[in-house]
Amino acid sequence: MDCYTANWNPLGEEAFYRKFELYTMEWSLKEDLRDCLVAAAPYGGPIALLKNNARKEKSPSARPLLEIYSASGLLLASMLWKSGQLVQLGWTASEDLLCIQEDGTVLIYNLFCEFKRHFSMGNEVLQNHVLEAKVFHTEYGTGVAILTGALRFSLATNIDDLKLRRMPEVPGLQKPPSCWAVLSQDRVTIVLLAVGQDLYLLDNTSCSVVTPPGMSPSAGAYVQMAVSFNYRCLALFTDTGYIWMGLATLKEKLCEFNSSIRSSPKQMVWCMRPRSRQRAVVVAWDRQLMVAGNSKECIQYKRLTIEVLLDRLVLRRLYPLAIRICEYLRLSEIQGVSRILAHWACYKVQQKDKSDEEVAQAINQKLGDTPGISYSEIAARAYDCGRTELAIKLLEYEPRSGEQVPLLLKMKRSKLALSKAIESGDTDLVYTVVLHLKNELTRGTFFMTLQNQPVALSLYRQFCKHQERETLKDLYNQDDNHQELGNFHVHSSYSEKRIEGRVGALQNALDEYYKAKNEFAAKATEDQIKLLRLQRHLQEDFDKPYLDLSLHDTVSNLILDGHHKRAEQLYREFKIPDKRYWWLKINALATRGDWEEMEKFSKSKKSPIGYLPFVEISVKHHNRYEAKKYAPRVTPEQRVKAFVLVGDLDQAADAAIEHKNETEMNFVLSKCSPSTDAAVAEKLNRARVQLLKK
Amino acid sequence: MAFAGRRDVPEPPDFGILKRLARDQLIYLLEQQHEVDKLYKVESRPALSASDQFCFLVRPRIRTMRYIADIINADKMSGRTRKYKIIFSPQKFYACEMVLEEEGVFGDVTCDEWSFYLLPLDEDIISMELPEFFRDYFLEGDHRWINSVARALQLLNSLYGPFSKAYGIGRCAKMSYELWRDLEEESEGEGQGRKPEIGNIFLMDRDTDYVTALCSQVVYEGLVDDTFRIKCGSVDFGPDVTSSDKSIKVLLNAQDKVFSQIRNEHFSSVFGFLSQKSRNLQAQYDRRRGMDIKQMKNFVSQELKGLKQEHRLLSLHIGACESIMKKKTKQDFQEMMKAEHSLLEGFDIRESTSFIEEHIDRQVSPIESLRLMCLLSITENGLNPKDYRSLKTQYLQSYGPEHLLTFHNLKRIGLLTEQSAGDTLTAMESKVSRLVTDRAAGKITDAFNSLARKSNFRAISKKLGLIPRVDGEYDLKMPRDMAYVFSGAYVPLSCKIIEQVLERRGWLGLEEVVRLLNGNEFAVSDSTVEDNPAWDYQRIILAVFLGGCTFSEIAALRFLGKERGFKFIFLTTAITNSSRMMEAMIEAKA
Repeated sequence: MDCYTANWNPLGEEAFYRKFELYTMEWSLKEDLRDCLVAAAPYGGPIALLKNNARKEKSPSARPLLEIYSASGLLLASMLWKSGQLVQLGWTASEDLLCIQEDGTVLIYNLFCEFKRHFSMGNEVLQNHVLEAKVFHTEYGTGVAILTGALRFSLATNIDDLKLRRMPEVPGLQKPPSCWAVLSQDRVTIVLLAVGQDLYLLDNTSCSVVTPPGMSPSAGAYVQMAVSFNYRCLALFTDTGYIWMGLATLKEKLCEFNSSIRSSPKQMVWCMRPRSRQRAVVVAWDRQLMVAGNSKECIQYKRLTIEVLLDRLVLRRLYPLAIRICEYLRLSEIQGVSRILAHWACYKVQQKDKSDEEVAQAINQKLGDTPGISYSEIAARAYDCGRTELAIKLLEYEPRSGEQVPLLLKMKRSKLALSKAIESGDTDLVYTVVLHLKNELTRGTFFMTLQNQPVALSLYRQFCKHQERETLKDLYNQDDNHQELGNFHVHSSYSEKRIEGRVGALQNALDEYYKAKNEFAAKATEDQIKLLRLQRHLQEDFDKPYLDLSLHDTVSNLILDGHHKRAEQLYREFKIPDKRYWWLKINALATRGDWEEMEKFSKSKKSPIGYLPFVEISVKHHNRYEAKKYAPRVTPEQRVKAFVLVGDLDQAADAAIEHKNETEMNFVLSKCSPSTDAAVAEKLNRARVQLLKK
Repeated sequence: MAFAGRRDVPEPPDFGILKRLARDQLIYLLEQQHEVDKLYKVESRPALSASDQFCFLVRPRIRTMRYIADIINADKMSGRTRKYKIIFSPQKFYACEMVLEEEGVFGDVTCDEWSFYLLPLDEDIISMELPEFFRDYFLEGDHRWINSVARALQLLNSLYGPFSKAYGIGRCAKMSYELWRDLEEESEGEGQGRKPEIGNIFLMDRDTDYVTALCSQVVYEGLVDDTFRIKCGSVDFGPDVTSSDKSIKVLLNAQDKVFSQIRNEHFSSVFGFLSQKSRNLQAQYDRRRGMDIKQMKNFVSQELKGLKQEHRLLSLHIGACESIMKKKTKQDFQEMMKAEHSLLEGFDIRESTSFIEEHIDRQVSPIESLRLMCLLSITENGLNPKDYRSLKTQYLQSYGPEHLLTFHNLKRIGLLTEQSAGDTLTAMESKVSRLVTDRAAGKITDAFNSLARKSNFRAISKKLGLIPRVDGEYDLKMPRDMAYVFSGAYVPLSCKIIEQVLERRGWLGLEEVVRLLNGNEFAVSDSTVEDNPAWDYQRIILAVFLGGCTFSEIAALRFLGKERGFKFIFLTTAITNSSRMMEAMIEAKA
């Protein structure tokens, strides 16, 4: 057993540790790391080093030098720093280097020291300068936190979707906090800062004082804090040498430890091994290293997936190696080889020494129809590098026409984009292009373009129907589509408040319907105008609302109010069919209870709807007396029904017997009650027997 | 109760996973928005809220965007600052963003998508809850929802494995199917190698069969829908049903022990069933009379709750039946059914036309009048010019002149047309058809196809034998075919097509019918799925209705399934009926 334990040394009472060298750093640094700005990327990524960043010397000869090393200290790239004063370096999750300047400008480089882009942390930072800065990683991406000279915090949670947040003021803050950290809780990023013996929590809207549970009151002032990578744990170090370890939510203490070292540590970090159940804090002073922790349960996931590993290789332009690994791991083409080839192609289009034709061919040769390859993405990269022609060539290899559209639009090849969008069958894409064209082209050219694209035209018309009614009219005009123009005017007449406006709109509709040779619609519209004018008169004459009523309801209302002459006039003027007029009139009269007028009307001429409706309507209004008047006038076929309706079963029976109709007899029988209608029932039964004998 | 059916009908797949998916997605979206403290309906103005953030869960409609823009602009005017978030379901459309931009509020909102495509209404019904699909596609020729259908199919495919056979008829069915295949190819890998749970899929455009959707429904579930309107699988029974002063919301699905036994029945047999059921229930209650303490304890703890529940449901359905009876046993209704059957059979057309005319003259109901006119037109291949003019004139006089635009819509969609006037294309549309050169442009003319297209109902009906020959009374309690859902007068065309194609395992022998239906049929086998008709999943059929399906169709296919040992699962853009279809055609006053 000797050989296993020989190099293990005791640490405290129960634990042991050992030291061994994994590999030696290849670099030969002359400078003291203390004098450099240093940033190491997570997961053993590259290390950035900025030398000569001291503020005072500003001579051009002594410009700072930015160097990027691999984790093992191989120099990957370097450059002289010619921009502004740097305060902090940091790496994004995708291995881009963030260089944070004093004025709040953040410059982004890739790991070959090639400039990508820059952004600003806002005016407040610009004015008050960056005092301290931190780069942090959450599930939303990489973020930047700034403490300004005015002792205010500014945050950007995701630098790829920049939304600056200025945090509220910390009341009474006179000097920079002794230490601070960014926390991520419930999808919100917040700042925890320490001033002397007080801890403050800064969220979007407020600043509150917090006390960690189980914190010894004699612990002293905070001098250092550390948050675990997953934001779950927090460690606090005070000037009495006391360490508090707990959940970052400050809801639970995990353990505490007294180091009895009173000087402020250089560094304090959480140490958690994947899938290990142990978590601990490592604290470093100049010549001392301490590990504090307990061994409660803790689960941490293996974060660096195979995809990320491949990404890292691709970022380092080690394409062949990445492809080998994919093949070795038997990754599917889409996940593996195609993705790497696509990256290679994106790199390829940046090679300026080769002609468009050459590059396009080289790419197509290697990529072919490999599944998962997006030619449009490669083309987009080409366009970003200013190679429009190459981009168009590459797009031709893209089989999914829909994918070509966004880039074509960006390159201002709108008409080509339109045909591609239509080809894709994706309506939303067509909309995108159409509305894009609308803003880009003059109205005339826009309409002309649509003329040749019926699908697009129809979609645009849909849009106009809801959003731009006037344009709709222009479109129909251009087509000489008089039918739709007529409909358009009818539709607009709805929204006209004044009756003159309405008549005017309908008049326009009428003209268009004539042009469209739609006689029916023209006649209907003409009638509608006539009706509107009449309704206005009625409204004036009787001081009652008539507008918006149908012809039927207008006439009906007139009768209800006893204006029989006016009703008669409308009946003639609009050639209301007799049947309708009779239905309408007896209904209105019955509702009005004008039985006298109804009787008069029934005798005015032969009813076109017969007399059963008179019976029915009287019964409906509970007037059996009136109903009985009409029953005898009902045609013989309906007479049984009529007599039953008025409750005269005797006459009903007689009619049924006269008809020699068994169904009718049964119908009447079913209405007879044994107590009161015994005689009728007997009569019917006798007749039935007679009928059956024959 | 009436038809026992075969015992070997397979079990449908479990939709639970679909429900969970939808719920989890929504919760995730809403939680991102922190706590939602109050829900408002977008249709009405939101009550004054002091909340500093608004979250809108909406369909991607231009009208809705303007509504939201109005709210934001009003807030701005009054100096309020709030956060606004719009969650589009099932997807965001560019045109919506454009409207927000034009209204000057695009910068004020953040947008999200809730890719919610499928709502399981019951054990065998999935709805996309897209009632606007019908008007958008069939009237406006707008293809935007086809993408949603394709994505819905993709989702089903990923959850329940590949379909071994795909059949379909209709232009939209074809486009949806093709777009879905494209999606599958792009996302190669997912769902592959899964054990199939659904063997066949049948896609059908609503315009393949308008007749069935226009008929009055007489199976119980259809009648409840026609009378009370079933929304999202539940119905509000008003005071006339509950015989109290309040309304009760009732979920209507297979979980309801009473409803599940009567939903597919012809209405005439429902009442008898319910009274038998209440006698049984009473008998079960009565059992407790002779019980000792221990038995009583068992009864109370184990049975009483179930009995009470059943009792409650029973009285609700009896109330619903009474309410329906009141409306439907009136003479008017009997006469209307008679007229409807004549139209289906093609007899006494003159008489039916007069009936419709009287219906209009007496202002019975604008929607019903319109429905009858359409039924007349579609069964007769259009109205003769004289009737066409006079019925429309009568209608305008009765129900108001604004319906002029409604008639234009109905003509365009092919529901109310004039007999073979030949050149029915308007100037613009004929221009469009002249311009058609490429594949894509071809799609638009098809949107207008309905204009020139005939329904050919009479000929199809004859070919497929849709009108059963009646010898004696049709026994509605012991139906012998799908015609029972229309009192034995008519076999629903849509269901008959599905039956025929499944029977023939393709369109072979149906060439003439396909021609009369204007083609666009397809039958595709997935070569990667092993084909063995003996396997259970092969007898599960996903029936997809693009533009809506009715409860009568569902009942008919359930019946067919029981007869033949199939199990149908329904996927529809929405549940529809004649009123909903007519309302979709009405040009509302803005």
